[in-house]
This record gives sequence, structure tokens and C-alpha cells, in this order.
Amino acid sequence: MQTCRAQGLIRRTSAAAWLLLTSHILIAQGTTPSTLAPASTPAHQIFDLSIFVLTITGGIFLIVGGLLTIALYRFRARKTDPADEPAQIYGSTQIELAWTVIPILIVVVLFLTTARIIFAIQDAPKPKSALDVTVIGHQFWWEFRYPKYGVVSANELHIPASSDAAPEATFLKLSSADVNHSFWIPQLAGKTDLIANHVNTMWLDPQKPGLYLGQCAQFCGSQHAMMLLRVYVDTPEQFDAWMRNQQQPAHQDAAVEAGRKVFERQACMNCHTVSGTAATGRFGPDLTHLMSRATLASGAMDNTPANLRQWIKSPDTFKRGALMPAMQLTDEQLDQVTAYLETLK
Amino acid sequence: MSDYPLPVTHVIDPSTSASERDTFLERFHGWVVTVDHKRLGILYILYSTFFLLVGGAEALAIRIQLAYPHLNFLSAQVYNRLFTMHGTTMVFLVGMPFLFGFANYVVPLQIGARDMAFPRLNAFSFWMTAFGGFLLYYSFLGGAGLYGVGNAPDVGWFAYAPLTSRAFSPGHATDYWALALIVSGFGTLGTAINIAATIISMRCKGMTLMRMPLFTWLFLIVSMLTLVTITPLTAAQFMLLIDRYLGGHFFDTQAGGSSLIWIHFFWIFGHPEVYVLVLPAFAIANEVIPVFCRKAIFGYSAMVTASVAIMFVSLSVWAHHMFTVGMTSVSNAFFTLSTMLVGVPTGIKIFNWIATLWGGRIRFTTPMLFCIGFLFQFLIAGLTGIMLSVAPWDWQLHNSYFVIAHFHYVLVGAIVFCIFAGIYYWYPKATGRLMSETLGKWHFWLFVIGFHITFDTMHFLGLLGMPRSIYTYQPDRGWNSLNLVVSVGGLIQGIAVLIFAYNFFISYRRGKVAGDDPWDAWTLEWTTSSPPPVYNFEEDPEVHSRRPLWDLKHPDDPDWEYES
Repeated sequence: MQTCRAQGLIRRTSAAAWLLLTSHILIAQGTTPSTLAPASTPAHQIFDLSIFVLTITGGIFLIVGGLLTIALYRFRARKTDPADEPAQIYGSTQIELAWTVIPILIVVVLFLTTARIIFAIQDAPKPKSALDVTVIGHQFWWEFRYPKYGVVSANELHIPASSDAAPEATFLKLSSADVNHSFWIPQLAGKTDLIANHVNTMWLDPQKPGLYLGQCAQFCGSQHAMMLLRVYVDTPEQFDAWMRNQQQPAHQDAAVEAGRKVFERQACMNCHTVSGTAATGRFGPDLTHLMSRATLASGAMDNTPANLRQWIKSPDTFKRGALMPAMQLTDEQLDQVTAYLETLK
Repeated sequence: MSDYPLPVTHVIDPSTSASERDTFLERFHGWVVTVDHKRLGILYILYSTFFLLVGGAEALAIRIQLAYPHLNFLSAQVYNRLFTMHGTTMVFLVGMPFLFGFANYVVPLQIGARDMAFPRLNAFSFWMTAFGGFLLYYSFLGGAGLYGVGNAPDVGWFAYAPLTSRAFSPGHATDYWALALIVSGFGTLGTAINIAATIISMRCKGMTLMRMPLFTWLFLIVSMLTLVTITPLTAAQFMLLIDRYLGGHFFDTQAGGSSLIWIHFFWIFGHPEVYVLVLPAFAIANEVIPVFCRKAIFGYSAMVTASVAIMFVSLSVWAHHMFTVGMTSVSNAFFTLSTMLVGVPTGIKIFNWIATLWGGRIRFTTPMLFCIGFLFQFLIAGLTGIMLSVAPWDWQLHNSYFVIAHFHYVLVGAIVFCIFAGIYYWYPKATGRLMSETLGKWHFWLFVIGFHITFDTMHFLGLLGMPRSIYTYQPDRGWNSLNLVVSVGGLIQGIAVLIFAYNFFISYRRGKVAGDDPWDAWTLEWTTSSPPPVYNFEEDPEVHSRRPLWDLKHPDDPDWEYES
């Protein structure tokens, strides 16, 4: 009896807990990269499919879980039970056949629905007007290349919003420069892995402009957690303006000449590109328009002068294990190179 | 000496049993050199209980780190080591040895045999497994190697290439990981061969295949499956070592190697491995549920058929771990279908268990409570498994906390719950004393509450986009309070496991004396004394049905008149 009362209590408490959690999910919007707030066709299709599957599996749970609960309650041992054993039942072919055939039918329905969505998303034809972006995963940052525009950027992907009047799909080609990574913006699409020697593709067509967050979803080494990802969905005008700026060579400013020299004489330029200058390194992010990005080190911190200076001085402060070495610059050199980078709008 | 090399046909007076005569050192030596299946079974269980505590402590450290965003309790690298060790430990040093421990102890008793088919191989296998575990943990000391970097592997228990290559994982930690799994893998293969041979050739008179207890049936299936699954893992580990030391390029993407080869090899092992672990959990439930609801198992032959079906289907589902690596749409559809099909035989099992309960007189003892927890949690785990088999949804859920929640529902909610049920159930047979029911109920209720607080919540974190394997997260993602809830649940589970450990050790001296058959059960192990003598049975038993003790207790209504 006591066990039963305890079970009732547990059930009520857990019901309350579930309510709390689900309400939490409804509230958790804004910057939450929720799969439950789709904003692009593939994410929408997946979301609709998931609701269908959830309905079926939820129904199964209610029926089977209900039967189990009834069995446990109804057939609990009581003090008034007779001393002998209950009737022994060894099986029933009809019943067993029924609960074999019904699940098979459910599987058929689930499979056909799923297969339709697999083909719809994965084999969607690429429109002629689609924007191509090549995404290359690095330990622990993202490289974005726009081959048609000759633009290379990092960590913050800009793509145009799509509308019914002007459908704009972005097709991503994904690969890796080192270990495996995975590109995941939950609100825009499912994830796709970035694997060296193995080019994958995926596509997005977000309707609502805004910032969408995500991060690397395949463990890729010590700073996997700080391989964050930001996708800016711009209106076509914003996107064109952004693209025009990115196509410019780096801003030249005689006032920060000293900083540029530090950049080019120390090892910085071995890994980083600043287009229009001698710096053409490819191991690290392209810094030509560093100041057009909101964050540094793949989202590890905000792009402020103080953070930038500290990051150059000692990358371990923010991201221990990042491959950028501390170059042991003097305070003066740090100030100079920070000032130089601050001009790369 | 405490071991008898040959079957002894007379009863040994318990007052002069070996353990009381020998000094501590002699007894210790007896345990080290033993080839007795019962002692090896106990060694397996003790070994895995020890690593359960170690792996659990690692999990708690992980949860403390994740309780709040941007916490610095663990550094990134230590965190990565701990989650790698936690996964590897729980699968290879806890799950498999626990279940092989049960097989070792119970299978020969259930089939009326005096020992395993190859007792020496049995001892060899245990010590290989144990050596593998200690080798893995030695990497904390020896893993730094010449490079001065990395102790303990930090590549994830899945260890995707090319992260494991020398370019990205210098030092020797990854080598310890690979070698430890090779070594313990040989132990596992030896035990699998041994269990299969024992079940095929050592059954007592009258025990046809279709009269074997379901526990034994499932271990026959598991052994076969183990032989198929451990092999690709061992092969992959050798390929990895060849890459690292002999200049091979299997997984070296810079030289034309392929990361996908590793991923395929790993999951051709890794998915059937889940069934290697969960089928023994079914095995325990198949013993405990009928005994405590006082009914024969419903649909014995359907249960056997379903288990064999699961074994075969489980070999064709591995790539559902790979929906995001860029397979063709046809492959994705195929693996969606094959994975969903596993749900059919699994569903049959759940229905049969419910039908077994139906019309019974259910006694809520501790082992039964754990099995009831198992039934609910396995139902949910199966349904979230269906969700993950839906390839497009998996593109969202893969590598998120939803997956973590799902597989912990299987590994903890189903397997660990059944392991606990099995320990409470067979402890009196192995020690002669019952574990405390009061502490057992505390253990159960705290564990089940902690379990649900932790793992139910994790599903939502996954839906909200939190990926696995991250040592910290940004405070603006809406994951903060849920993570704290998960951590609190983890702590409650930790307390429950400590109660269990206390109960486990204290009951050995203080537990109630059990007698031969404390649960009024029906299989052969309950005919002999508790603990059983070295030779197991005074005379070779003979059976006429699946429940020999039922026949003995109900001579007027024996089972064989009804079994088909």
C-alpha cells in the first residue's frame, strides 16, 4: 500500500516537473538555438515530421505505459490472496500475432513518411540562383568562402533571407582541413559533418532575417566547445552591402603603420591573410574585415579592443588549446598590432 | 586448496569449508588462481562494481563542471579526458564485465553443469579483461610519454579518426586506449566462446534448447553476437596503431585515408554492442519478472524468436549513427527502415512482459522494483530510439543531449537497472545472505528519482540545441537552469549508488540468512545450497520442463503438460 502511495506521489511530482520543463521550453526563445523554432524549409520539414513521429510514439507510450501501470496496480500481491499460485498462462498465438503485425504496420507508415522527407531535403534540386558557400572546418574555427564573389570570411556566416517573391537558397559545400566537425544551426537545418577528403552538401533558405546561433556538433579536440557558429540572415540589401564591403581589400591607414609592421614581421602573417597586404597565411582566419565581425576566436568572446589585445597576448586566457600561439609581444607591440587590427573594418 | 579439479560426488561438511581453514594469504591465492566459474563470476562483479564507482565519480565531475555556464571546475582538456574515460569505462569495464559476471555465475548453475566448458580459458579471459581495464587507467600515469602532453585519452569513447592520429593526438594516451580495448577485447572474445560452448554442450539431462531458461538463451545469443561485434573493433584498433606507429594511412586523410572507414568499423562494432549489453538486461528481467509475479513467462518461444531476430537485425543498423556523415538518400532510407524494424521484436518482448504481469500476484521486492523501472524506461528508450531512427529528425538530434539522454535511458535506465535487479536477486545465492530490503528500497527510489531528473531533462537540452562533448556552454543559450537540474539529479543518483555499495558490502556479514531458495523461484540454481558447493550439484540434475522447481513444488500440475 505504502509503495502505491509513494508511486502516486512520484507520478504527481514528475507531472509537475514535466509541466515546468515544457513551459521552460516555450519561454526559452530569443538566443536559444532551439530545434522547436524552425526558420528555414529543411528545419520546418524536419519539425513537422518530428511532430508526426512524436504523436505516434506518444500514443504508443500512453497505450503501453498505461497497460503496464494497470497491470502493476491491478495485479499487485494482496494480503487476501489465496495461498496457491495464480493461473499459469504460457502464451497465446492470436494475441502474439496481433502485437507483431500492428507494430509492423506502424513501422511501414513511419518509414514511408520519413523516406519522403529524406528525399525531399537531401535530393532537393539546386536552383540556378542559389548562393554557393564553401565551409571548411578547422580546429577550432570556421572558414567561409564565397567562390563567386572571391570573398573569404570566418566564423560568422552571412546569407541572404529568402522570401516568396524572391526565393534565395544557400547551398553549402562542407569539408574539413583537419579533423571532423559538424555544422549545426538548429533553427535552420539539421547538422552535416565536415570531413576531410569527403565533401558534403546541405542547404538553407531562412525566411526571417536575424542572427541564428549554433556550434560545432562533432567532438573535434580540446576547444570543441568554443567552436561556436553565428549565421546572420540578412535582407537582400543588407547582404549586398555586406558583400560589397567584404570584396574590398583591407583598409589602409598610415596611422597604424607600426601595427601593420608588427603583424607582418612577427609570425602573424604566416597564418592570417589581410588582403591587399603581404599577409597571405591560410592556417588561421582571414582578418581582412575582422572588425565586421561581432566576436573573436569563433565566438569565444566579444570583439572589443580589450579582448582583442588580451587574445593576441595570451590566447589561453579565453581558449586554452586554441592553435594560435602567444607571440610574446611587448606591451607596445600589442598596442600597435591591436590598433592596426581595429582598422580592418 | 580451495579448488577441486574434479567433480566431487560427496557432500562436504560446511563447518570445515575451505574459507574457514585457510589463512588470508591462502584464501587470496585461491581467488587469484581460481578456475571456478562462481568465483570468477564474483570477481567480474566486484571488478565492475569498482569501476562503476570510478565511472560514476567521473560522471559527477562532469556534471559539476556543467552545472553552471563558464564554470572552471575542470579545464577543457581534463573534461575531455573524463568524458572519454567515463564512456570507455562504463561500456568496457562496467557493462560487459558485469553481464559476463552474471553469465559466469548463473549459466552453469541454470543448465545443471559443474563448471564452464573451458575453466582455464575462463580464468584467462577474466584476467585479460581486468588487465585491459588497469592498462586503460594506467594511462593517467603513463600516457604523457615523451611529448609531455596528454595523460588519459581525450578523443571521446568513439575516438573518431583523424583526431586520433599522431598529428592531432600526440603522446601515448590514445595508444593506451587502443591497447586496453584490444586486450580486454581478447578477454571478451574468450568469455563469449566459453559461454556459447558451455550452453551448447554442457546442458544437463532433459534440458533441450527449448527448455533452457530464457536467461541462458539470451546469453547464447549474446555470445554469438559478441563474437561478431568485438572483431571489427579489434581490427580497427590494430589499424589505428598501424597508422600511429608503422606509417599506415588507413585513417590519415592527408594521405588519402578515410575518416569514414573508422566510423564504419566503430559502429559495426558499436551498434550491435548496444544489444550485447541490453540482451543480458532482458535476460535478467526474464528471470526476475516471472518469479515475482508468480507466473510463467508469457510466450516463451516468441521471446526466443524475438531475441534471435534482434541479434540478426542489430547487425544491419550501424549506420544510423552516421546519418550526418553524408550518405546517399537511399542509404539513409535503408538504415531508417532497418533501425525501425528492431522495434518490432523489441515491442514483442515488452508486450510479453506485460502479459506475464497480467493476472499475476506482483511482489514489489527490490529486484522486482528495479525490473519495473526497467520496463518503463526501456519503453521510453525504445520510443526515443524510433525518433532517432527517423533520419531527418536525427540530423537535428544527432550528437545532441537528446542522444545522450536516449542512450543513458538504455544503458542506465534499462541495463544498470537490470544489473541492480540481478545483484539483489542472485546475491543470496552467491553469499548465502539477503541484501537489506530497506536499504534496497532507498537505493531504488533515490536512484529512479535521480535518474528521471537527470535524463528526462537531457532530452529537452538536446531539443534546445545543446551538443554533446562540450566542456562548457554560453550563458545566453537558455540551457542554464536545465543543466543545473541535470546535475542535481546526478548527485541524487550518486547518493543512491553509495547506499547500494554500502548495502552490498554490509550484507555480506550482516544480511539475513537466505536459505537455498529465498524467492520461491523455479530454475535449477535454486536447488543447490547458497552459496553452492564448488561442484554445484550433488548429483547431475535432470529436467522435464522449463521450470524444474515448479514441477518439484507442484507435482500434481507440472509444466511439461502445457509447454509446446
